[in-house]
This record gives sequence, C-alpha cells and structure tokens, in this order.
Amino acid sequence: MIRDITLGQYYPEYSIIHKLDPRLKLVVTLLYIASLFLIEDFYGYIIVAASIGGVLAASRVPLRFVVRGLKPIMLIIIFTFALNIFMTRGEVIWEYGWLHVTWEGLRMAFFMALRLILLIIGSSLLTLTTKPMKLTDGIESLLAPAKRLGLPTHELAMMMTIALRFIPTLLEETDKIMKAQQARGADFETGSIFRRAKALVPILIPLFVGAFRIAQDLAMAMEARCYRGGEGRTKLNALRMKRRDLAAAFACAGYLAGIIAERVLV
Amino acid sequence: MSGPPAADTGAVRAGCDRQDVNFKGQPYIEVRDLVFEYRRGSDTDGEPDVVMRAVDGVSLDVPRGSFTAIIGRNGSGKSTLAKNVNALFLPTSGSVTVDGMDTRDDAFVWEIRRRVGMVFQNPDNQLVSAVVEDDVAFGPENLGVAPDEIRERVRAALIAVDMTEQRKMAPHLLSGGQKQRVAIAGVVAMRPDAIIFDEPTAMLDPEGRREVMDVIGRLRADGVTIVLITHFMDETVDADRVVIMDRGRIVLDGTPAEVFRRADEIESLGLRLPFAVELASRLRRRGIDVPAGLLTPEAVAGWLRGSAA
Repeated sequence: MIRDITLGQYYPEYSIIHKLDPRLKLVVTLLYIASLFLIEDFYGYIIVAASIGGVLAASRVPLRFVVRGLKPIMLIIIFTFALNIFMTRGEVIWEYGWLHVTWEGLRMAFFMALRLILLIIGSSLLTLTTKPMKLTDGIESLLAPAKRLGLPTHELAMMMTIALRFIPTLLEETDKIMKAQQARGADFETGSIFRRAKALVPILIPLFVGAFRIAQDLAMAMEARCYRGGEGRTKLNALRMKRRDLAAAFACAGYLAGIIAERVLV
Repeated sequence: MSGPPAADTGAVRAGCDRQDVNFKGQPYIEVRDLVFEYRRGSDTDGEPDVVMRAVDGVSLDVPRGSFTAIIGRNGSGKSTLAKNVNALFLPTSGSVTVDGMDTRDDAFVWEIRRRVGMVFQNPDNQLVSAVVEDDVAFGPENLGVAPDEIRERVRAALIAVDMTEQRKMAPHLLSGGQKQRVAIAGVVAMRPDAIIFDEPTAMLDPEGRREVMDVIGRLRADGVTIVLITHFMDETVDADRVVIMDRGRIVLDGTPAEVFRRADEIESLGLRLPFAVELASRLRRRGIDVPAGLLTPEAVAGWLRGSAA
C-alpha cells in the first residue's frame, strides 16, 4: 500500500549514533567523505573500513539495510571498475586486441570501487540514523551563518519540512487520481514509451491542481496559527550539543589524525 | 474601537444589551454590519469583473465562554464569516472586533489569531509537520514561547485531545478523526480564548465525527468559547445558540429550542432538522402529542417512556 512508504531510509533504533546531534553527524560525514580522497594505499583503507565498521556496529543498523543502499549505484561501481581496469597504463598482465589489463589498473579499479562503496556506506549511515526532520534542523542550523549573506535559511528549512510532510499526502492523491482515471478506462501500462508518457498527463494535471489547492489551504492554516516567518520563532527541540557529541567529535578527530598520520608516515 | 481591551469596556457593555437573556457574559467577538465580497478582478482597468457578496450585513455577538453553532447550506457565507473573525479575511465594510480589538488594525492581527484559534475542514491540509508532536508545537513556536513551556503545552494539548500515544507518529498514518484532533491540539497549545471550528467533521466518518465532537464538548467545559460551523444539525442541539445563515444573511437566531421550533422555515431553506426534532414532529403528525423543545433522541425516548407509564 502506498501509505506504508517510509520517507528517506531512516532505520528506527535507539543507538548512540541515532542520538548524536544532526549537525555533528553532517559535519563528520563531510569530513569522512573528504578523508576518503586522502587515502591511497591499503593501510589507509583498513583504517577507514575499520572505523566505518565500528560506527555501523554502534548504530545497530543491520548490514543488509546498508547493502540495500548500494544497489542503485552498483552500475556506476561496475562501470568505474571496468573503466579503471582497462584504461590505466602500466605493466601489462593480460592483453586481447586493444584491451589490456595492467597491475596499476587492477589496483586503481579495486581502490576506486572500494572508495565509492565506503562513500555510500558512510552517507547512508547518516540518513539511516537521522530522521529527515532532524536532518532539516541540522542543515538549517549549519547554514545559519549564510543568513547574513541573504540566504533564506529558515524558509528553505520550512520548505523541506513541508515537503517531507506532504510527500505521502501527494502520493495518496496520485493513487486516487490514477484509480479514478483507470475506472474510466485509462491505460497506463501498455503501448510505447511515448504513449505511456502521454497517458500520465491526465494524472499530472489534477495532481498539480490538487497541490495548489493544498498549498492554499495550508498557507491559510499556517497564518491562522500565527506563522510569520523565522523572526522571533522558538523551537520545541532546539539542538543542543551534549557530552556524547563531544566524545564523538573527539573520536572523529582521532580518526582524521590516523588517516593523516598514515598518509605521511607510510 | 481599536483601543486596548481593558480600556474598551464601554463598547463591550454596549453590545451586552443585544445578548440572549439566557446567557450571561460580555460579548467576546462582536460582528457589526459585516459585508464581505470576493472579487475576481481584471488587471487592466483595476475594476473587478465579478463581485460576489458572500456575507451581506451580518451582526453577531459571541459572549465569552459560549457555544455558538452556525448552520447554512454551501455558499451561505458561514465559512467566510468565520474567516473574518480571526483576520484571515478583512471586512469589505462593517467591522469585527475580538475582545475590543479591531481586525482591521494591523497591530492586533497576531494577538487576535492567538486568541481566536481556527480548525479547518480538511484534516490533511492543516498539519505542517511530519511528526504529531512537532505539529502541535508549531503554533507556540510561532509565538516565541520558551522551549520548556512549549513542551509542557504540547503535553497538555495532546492529553486534552487524547492523542498522547500517537505523539511520535506521522500524520499520514492517522485516521481522519485523529488528524483533526491533532489539528485541535495545535490550536489548544496556543492557549486561545476561543476556537472557531469550520466544518471540522465534514470529511470524517461517524466515528471520527464523534471523537471530534467529544473533544469540542470537553473544551467547552473548560471554558473555551466555541463557534462551530457545520451542516450537521445534530451537532448543534447542545449549543447555547444556533444561528442559521442563508445567502450571506442571518435568517434565524436563538437557542436550539427556539430555532428548531420553526421547522417549516428551516426546511424551506433546504436544511434538515435534527433527528430528534424530525422524530417528534412525525410522532405529532400521528397524534402523539410530543412537546416541543426535545432536541435529543434520549429526551424524546424519555418523554415517551414517561407518557406510556
């Protein structure tokens, strides 16, 4: 049923990773991604894999959820892997016509694929352990300095909040419209791709009209509840750094130091 | 007219004479000769092409702590009247004041909206957040209430509508009645003096309708001024006062017993009578002399039992 869709891919659990401040998690994730581009040998990958493995274990998110996040980019991984194997110059170990595999290519392909996989695991851990609403709060708070440059951070966050709230509502609406059109003989499943695309028009138009109607209603309801922008607004769940966030920040600093040390020393 | 509430007792008292004799209290909301027109203008000459007069000269006083029900067909102007009370719409002519504050005065708009909350018809289109608790907090957040107090208000509001268990849930997983109760909690958390319900049960199933009416009953018992706009007659029999609107005007106004006595007029307006009133009038036609003024099925049944004994 369309009602059961989960937003994003949040995995509900009460682990320490889930409880961390979303701002910290965002920053750490960005640093982690940057660190992936610092490492270039086997030991570096061991540090990264061990660290992310530790975080994964602490988050208590089952491994299969993380693996599921890899599926959509499998094609990209395979493509980069192949490209790197065949396109890197170096000591040739196998040749067929214009195709040649080199040691350097094999190494590069392997590391590149590993790097991509680690990148996806890291970033999906962020969304798996952080509710979309929390993430929105975190982004708003991190972007706060940009408000002085004229970036409407509160409005952006409010837009994300409302979008998250109404995605399921609009999906239900779409479902209803499709059923209504099908009841009157519309056919969305057969025919060429153009025919099927054309069949979507009678769904999209009522959906857009409906979305505008919802927007109008919601705007009025928000005004009736005294909404007048971010000025002077307070928050029920104001973000506050706790001791565990500090501990996590230290752990992250340790990780980065390890990566840099490995790069310099080995 | 637009002075601070405390200094405006003169105007408030003046309105007092027009009150129902059976309800004591100062008028909290005063509507005077209200006219409201929807304009669909052409941009070229600035003159509106179509003017639709939705409210046509309505005067109405709502005393503090009262329960007023407004009934009318679609297009009778009842919703437009409601949206004029909390300054979502501003009068074309005439005036609306809330506790002495004129809705046309910009300085009072937000205070008026805090004091007069509004619950809308569509349960889906008035919830802002993807978490029940956060949605209830939306109003207090807009008012700049301190986080600790917001937490306390949200807790109390969710208890008031009996939705504490669902506080972490996403609104799209709730039933219509539950969503509407969340919307009510969102208004209650702003600590309003009055709440306007704009057909809150129109899109609900009977179960949801009952849940919402129960909550309205409890709020009334807590002293909240209630204005209920509806087209379900049976929701109005407990009201202190029933106002029937047609084509932008008030056509009948009085206690439920007074209003529903005028069955012919109500039916000629295309409205149905409450179940018990209908039942009593049919029994009367069959020669059973049921007295007027019995508004609930229980009251009619009680009388029948009494007369049979």
